[in-house]
Amino acid sequence: MSIRDRMSGNEAVSYAIRQVNPDVFPAFPITPSTEIPQMVSAYISNGEMDTEFIPVESEHSSMSATIGAAAAGARAMTATSSAGLALMWEELLLAASNRMPCVLALVNRTLSGPININCDHSDGMGARDTGWIQIYAENNQEAYDNYLQAFPIAEDERVHLPVMICQDGFITSHAVENIELLDDAVVRDFVGEYHPEEYLLNPGKPIAVGPYAVSNYGMEARKNQAIAMERSAEVILGVAKRFEKISGRSYGFFEEYRTGDADVVMVIMGSAAGTAKAACDMLRGRGRKAGVLKLRVFRPFPGREIAEALSHCRAVAILDRTESYNANGGPLGCEIMAAMYKKKLRVEATNYIYGLAGRDFTVEDAAAVFEEQFDCIENGKELEQYRYIGLR
Amino acid sequence: MRTDVSKINERSSHTGLTEGLMVFAGGTAEQFPTGEWRTMTPVIDWVKCKQCLLCAPVCPDSSIPVEDGKRGEFDLDHCKGCGICVKSCPFDAIVMKEGR
Amino acid sequence: MEGTIEIRWHGRGGQGAKTAALLLADVAFKTGAYVQGFPEYGPERMGAPITAYNRLSDHLIRIHSNIYDPDLVMVLDETLLFAVDVTAGLKTEGTIVINTKQTADEVRGSLNGYEGKVLAFDACKISIDTLGKNFPNSPMLAAAVAVTGVMDRYRFLEEMKASYQHKFARKPEVIEGNMKALEISYDTIAKLMEQR
Repeated sequence: MSIRDRMSGNEAVSYAIRQVNPDVFPAFPITPSTEIPQMVSAYISNGEMDTEFIPVESEHSSMSATIGAAAAGARAMTATSSAGLALMWEELLLAASNRMPCVLALVNRTLSGPININCDHSDGMGARDTGWIQIYAENNQEAYDNYLQAFPIAEDERVHLPVMICQDGFITSHAVENIELLDDAVVRDFVGEYHPEEYLLNPGKPIAVGPYAVSNYGMEARKNQAIAMERSAEVILGVAKRFEKISGRSYGFFEEYRTGDADVVMVIMGSAAGTAKAACDMLRGRGRKAGVLKLRVFRPFPGREIAEALSHCRAVAILDRTESYNANGGPLGCEIMAAMYKKKLRVEATNYIYGLAGRDFTVEDAAAVFEEQFDCIENGKELEQYRYIGLR
Repeated sequence: MRTDVSKINERSSHTGLTEGLMVFAGGTAEQFPTGEWRTMTPVIDWVKCKQCLLCAPVCPDSSIPVEDGKRGEFDLDHCKGCGICVKSCPFDAIVMKEGR
Repeated sequence: MEGTIEIRWHGRGGQGAKTAALLLADVAFKTGAYVQGFPEYGPERMGAPITAYNRLSDHLIRIHSNIYDPDLVMVLDETLLFAVDVTAGLKTEGTIVINTKQTADEVRGSLNGYEGKVLAFDACKISIDTLGKNFPNSPMLAAAVAVTGVMDRYRFLEEMKASYQHKFARKPEVIEGNMKALEISYDTIAKLMEQR
């Protein structure tokens, strides 16, 4: 059923794009996502897909063209990283508020400054309140699998929102790893044909997209958008169930690794989750009940489900790969602690900042966090609630 | 999914609004009598008018109907009284008068 | 393969250390192994020291960090010995392979007192003799395969031939030279390993 192969994260997403064969792909290159439009244009030149590729002059334009194509009735997508995502800012919000089911392959790279090309989540996290669904990947397999699920989620009539498929720049985008691919025909059947009910290029059935909304309408429009984001949760799970049938791989809002009886749980997102699992195994070897909760779906934020999953442990380490400059904590830290409060959960929680601007995060780093947490619950060691890992 | 704009107004609940406030219908501006905003009204002198049709395309509110190659009376339900037609007329056939 | 082998490659931008790491991952993949091949990225410039890595394993690889305690270090350019601490973290029971005109005993003096296995061979000469150009990465790839034993000599050469026939479909004249470079390098390293 599946094809055993090895490829980099960018190759995996490009392969998925070829299989999905969207109608329109406008793009402007930026490291480390450049390879995606590059590889897709090669597929197009070789006649392996017939997507209309538009080489635009900036990311502001690539997202604008994506929205325009989606409004016209096309299945549209783009790819970017870092400053490219920042330049799309205005359009990201429009894609969501205009309810365009387009897809963005984001290869996470830090935002300047200081200028740096390596991985952290500041680009994706910066766009966390733009109204996009955001799904993060641990490895190439997940980047591939998540991309295949993106259009079915976005295009569901309960949703009609854009989806951002995120993977860690260089760490997975440029690393060759094993992967299980699906047959083209299986993918085509899973993703299906796109037949929007209403769209701009529909003779005899005119529509107006993105009209001005006076104050009497703006609040209600935003509420409807928020409702769509809430409803997307059940759709994400439904699409994952359907995907499991064709792939044998199951996905939810998050993955729980050895959390069942864990005293300390580390919450983490992206490629570092694998490293955290290795540290978890190391701690288990030392007789310590450690667990990892790897968040996959960041938007919509599954706060209730996370709080429920954390309700049996004694301490939680929440790891953020971005600095929010709010003097209060990272996005994951703040949202998870708020979710725990809503559930009236009294569990020790510490927010760690790690891996900024490509700083490596090792098994030893993760193990040290676990050990510190055990020191806290066993010996009452006082921990600062918001701190850095590996800071000199 | 076609939109009936007559059912949408400033008191509509969010549940009564369309997705992304999109309007799934064409020519819906017709249902909004913006002519009531007018403080000056264009009046045409049919003797001076040569049916050159320079006025019709410049009207921002499509309020100068043209049928069988001839313009007709102003659509005062939608004319906002901007006076562009007056400026466009080479024969001084249109003047603005005070009020609606 | 049993367990996990971790490899660190040192080269200079343009020498093909990343390509060698990716090709080694390819070779191991074909034996059914789980693989990782990745470079450490920074501002890329020709000539700047660069590092690439491999993890080759009989089980799923979850770790996504650089490698600090490698089993094997591959040095594509001996001038790096004075610029980079190439033996940092290298296991004493591990191996370092260096592209150099010096002998292993001569080069050991530049290895910060490393006491493990040192294999020295002139990959540049092999490359120039067989390809007419200095591309040390093919000889170094063959050396890595010989040291790790991820694939036997016969199959390795067969696989590489197929890969070159695909890669160099438009300039088949370079295939023979590349194959020669692989054979000589593999045999040179195999012999060095026997001697020790």
